[in-house]
Amino acid sequence: MTSGTYDAIVVGGGLHGCSVALHLAQRGLSVLVVEKDTVGRHASGVNAGGVRRLGRDPAEIPLSQAAMEMWWRIGDWLGDDCGFQVSGQLKVAETAGELAELEARARQVADLGYDHEELVGPDELFRLAPALARHCTGGLVSRRDGFADPFRTTRAFMRRAREAGAEFLEGTAVTAIERRGGAWTVRAGEYRLSAANLINCAGGWGAGLAAWLDEAVPAETAAPMLMVTAPLPPFVEPVIGAQGRALSFKQTGAGTVVIGGGYRARALPEENRTELDFRELKLSARTVAELFPIMRQADIVRCWAGLEAITPDGIPVIGPSAREDGLIHLFGFCGHGFQLGPITGRIVADLLTSGQTDLPIAPFAVDRFAG
Amino acid sequence: MAAAIDLGIIGAGPAGLSAALTAAELGLEVHLFDDGPSPGGRIFKALEAAPADRRWYPGDDHARGADLLNRFRASDVRYHPETTVWSVSRERELGLAAGGRAWLLPARAVILAGGAMERPWPFPGWTLPGVMTAGAAQVLLKTDGMVADGPALFAGAGPLLYLIAAQYLAAGATIAALLDLAPAGNARAALGRLPGALRAPHYLRQGLALRRRLRRAGVPLIRRVTDLEARGGGQVETVSYRAAGRRTEVAARHLFVHMGLLPNSNLAASLDLPHDWDQGRLCWRPRLDGWGASELPWLAIAGDGYDIAGAVAAERRGELAGLWAAEGLGRIDVAERDRRAAPIHRRLNRELAVRPFLDRLFRPPLEDLAKLDDAITVCRCEMVSAGDLRGALALGCGEVNQLKALTRAGMGRCQGRQCAGTVAQLIAAETGRPVADVGGYRMRGPIKPIPLASLAALETGDD
Ligand SMILES: Cc1cc2nc3c(=O)[nH]c(=O)nc-3n(C[C@H](O)[C@H](O)[C@H](O)COP(=O)(O)OP(=O)(O)OC[C@H]3O[C@@H](n4cnc5c(N)ncnc54)[C@H](O)[C@@H]3O)c2cc1C
Ligand SMILES: Cc1cc2nc3c(=O)[nH]c(=O)nc-3n(C[C@H](O)[C@H](O)[C@H](O)COP(=O)(O)OP(=O)(O)OC[C@H]3O[C@@H](n4cnc5c(N)ncnc54)[C@H](O)[C@@H]3O)c2cc1C
Repeated sequence: MTSGTYDAIVVGGGLHGCSVALHLAQRGLSVLVVEKDTVGRHASGVNAGGVRRLGRDPAEIPLSQAAMEMWWRIGDWLGDDCGFQVSGQLKVAETAGELAELEARARQVADLGYDHEELVGPDELFRLAPALARHCTGGLVSRRDGFADPFRTTRAFMRRAREAGAEFLEGTAVTAIERRGGAWTVRAGEYRLSAANLINCAGGWGAGLAAWLDEAVPAETAAPMLMVTAPLPPFVEPVIGAQGRALSFKQTGAGTVVIGGGYRARALPEENRTELDFRELKLSARTVAELFPIMRQADIVRCWAGLEAITPDGIPVIGPSAREDGLIHLFGFCGHGFQLGPITGRIVADLLTSGQTDLPIAPFAVDRFAG
Repeated sequence: MAAAIDLGIIGAGPAGLSAALTAAELGLEVHLFDDGPSPGGRIFKALEAAPADRRWYPGDDHARGADLLNRFRASDVRYHPETTVWSVSRERELGLAAGGRAWLLPARAVILAGGAMERPWPFPGWTLPGVMTAGAAQVLLKTDGMVADGPALFAGAGPLLYLIAAQYLAAGATIAALLDLAPAGNARAALGRLPGALRAPHYLRQGLALRRRLRRAGVPLIRRVTDLEARGGGQVETVSYRAAGRRTEVAARHLFVHMGLLPNSNLAASLDLPHDWDQGRLCWRPRLDGWGASELPWLAIAGDGYDIAGAVAAERRGELAGLWAAEGLGRIDVAERDRRAAPIHRRLNRELAVRPFLDRLFRPPLEDLAKLDDAITVCRCEMVSAGDLRGALALGCGEVNQLKALTRAGMGRCQGRQCAGTVAQLIAAETGRPVADVGGYRMRGPIKPIPLASLAALETGDD
């Protein structure tokens, strides 16, 4: 194959690209995913795996809720459980003031008609997470959230998409895109491809791709860092966040503890690289040592970072181009797009097959930053 | 940031010591970091404190080591023992840890002289207590004068196997047999390289002398051994192997394995420096120029980390890197550097002459790794078996880092140092690609584990 025509070409083989491919293929559309490296090589394969509704921007809650329904039956759907576990997610308050903030948040979510975020006092907090430092004052829990294995998940989507008929082209970057006679022509390595629809799932490179297509989005590419410890005996079940600090904290089935929260490495998307910043990881380590005294004995064995697009308002771009027909953007997930993976593909499939979707995507419009 | 030191050197083996002495003599402020308690690296490990009888260990080059260490002690190199370098950043900062502290220290130039590691070699029974690398046995010998109780078996391929066995013998231990796993075709293939090797005849003489010594002591030297296997319940009880068409099983409580050396490249890899596959030595090597300088103008590599070529070559490479640093930091000009380097290059080339011969003679049967039984553990940290890895390969993941993500192989404390080669070999075999295309694990600091508490109190030098 050095040429080919598809209903849709997806640029980027992260979780969102794979999800789009799966949903489109399941609806009988021909689809090709073009990935410059390997599928799951970037954010989708290296993230913290948090499957979290807790604390989402109100605009994201309907999508997150719909995605959650899909996570709960992910094994049946994909034929791979993706390492998904319902562990609960818990956001901790360390002061009375923070607890009041969480209380307000719980009210806000309830007023929107959702009941997944539940305020808990110290007793329930320490029952849920006995290893927490005793100065904590309470928390907000979403009991049926959890976490999954990110790389395995992304590959499971890819596999299922393939089985449904989607094609993947790895190790090949899209280097030129042209709009010609109502269709897109795409150059990728030695390939010359065309499609009626183009889906921008280029992750940390998504804003660059949009800019190429004359649709500037003021997103920056950042590189959130993670670190992981040597195995410890099991001591905490839910995934832990904090109201007053940057933290995401979970103990995996292997006993290792994965620590993140948004501290950033240097992002070098042009070079496909990141460089760790230990000054920032120090802050992350300090947070953990203060919240979990048991962690003071832990050894850090590995640190890494992934590239991700961050928008000014902290929510992604999801939806049709404001300039071109047959172009859909899906990027800028701001460090929390993993959980949304299952649903974004459905949204794109809805848009391509019926021109609309029942999920409220207006807040994610690509042109919201203009003017 | 704290004030930058001139030159930071990682590793106090022959390469690091020589680099430090050369650079300090030319006026640089040199700091030398090593995670061990005393200087000397592998060959001169604990030499200063060694009892007199160790002087007679073959291959220890006691006099040369003592001289190097004396000059080092008399120099004004700042030596930091028991200090682990867990990171080197592109911002030229070293991440250091010692005594529960961790700190960052900027340096104007850096030389990596972290030496080599023994090539990990899984085989049936390799995780049984009683099986260890010959190098690990040597550490016990050199630091505590300890030898195993009861008869020991040595097995593997490489000049060091014979050397360490002979040292063991000299220390009074009993060796049940030495099993040479170098494949049958090696000797013939190496023959063509013998003329070049004759430029460094002392190596050949030493090699022959070692064999003689072992033979005289009655140690059976069994060649062309295949199908090595350690058997036993909680501990090795017997070792089984095939030689001359027969399977043999012998009683042994200890099996010391050595399959050659690999450059210790975690720091270089964590800097994303380019590495090339060396088909002659069957290992990855950092891409460097003749001085050891990398594509980062402030970073060089010397010694075994550059190229496995023995302790004398390591000293020469260290000296060259020391000159490189002195020139780079303006202490000498290029002409002076080159003038001083000329005789060093000549001596180095003599040392290197023997390598193509030795590399070929002792080339390990790397392909065997791809034939491991499914049940055999490949990644010991995370207990991932060959079968687990093949299962992941069957899911369509044909790259080392993908297998890591799927199986956890390489995610443990050693950061994949132990399993990377085997995983690559398995992938190469299953996908029909050369191992050079398969690649290695992406490496990130900390390249050695650091306590979270130390990181939380990291001294950044910023205030
Ligand atoms: C460290 C870290 C931790 C995180 N933790 C969580 C978490 O706990 N929970 C959560 O919900 N989210 C989390 N996230 C966010 C989540 O990982 C991302 O939002 C999500 O994976 C984005 O998926 P994607 O498919 O858009 O991007 P990616 O996975 O980055 O995929 C985009 C792909 O596009 C390819 N590409 C780019 N340009 C081209 C081109 N021109 N041609 C071909 N291919 C191209 C890239 O190579 C890349 O593979 C985290 C992110 C990071 C970095
Ligand atoms: C197990 C083993 C045993 C050997 N025994 C002999 C022998 O008996 N005779 C012989 O001729 N050759 C021996 N060799 C070969 C020997 O390595 C070389 O001949 C020579 O010592 C290489 O010198 P070097 O300076 O490059 O490295 P080395 O001598 O290995 O010195 C490297 C030093 O760097 C330190 N180091 C590495 N990484 C870090 C870090 N991140 N932070 C702090 N310190 C670090 C190490 O602890 C070590 O002290 C042996 C090699 C190995 C691996």
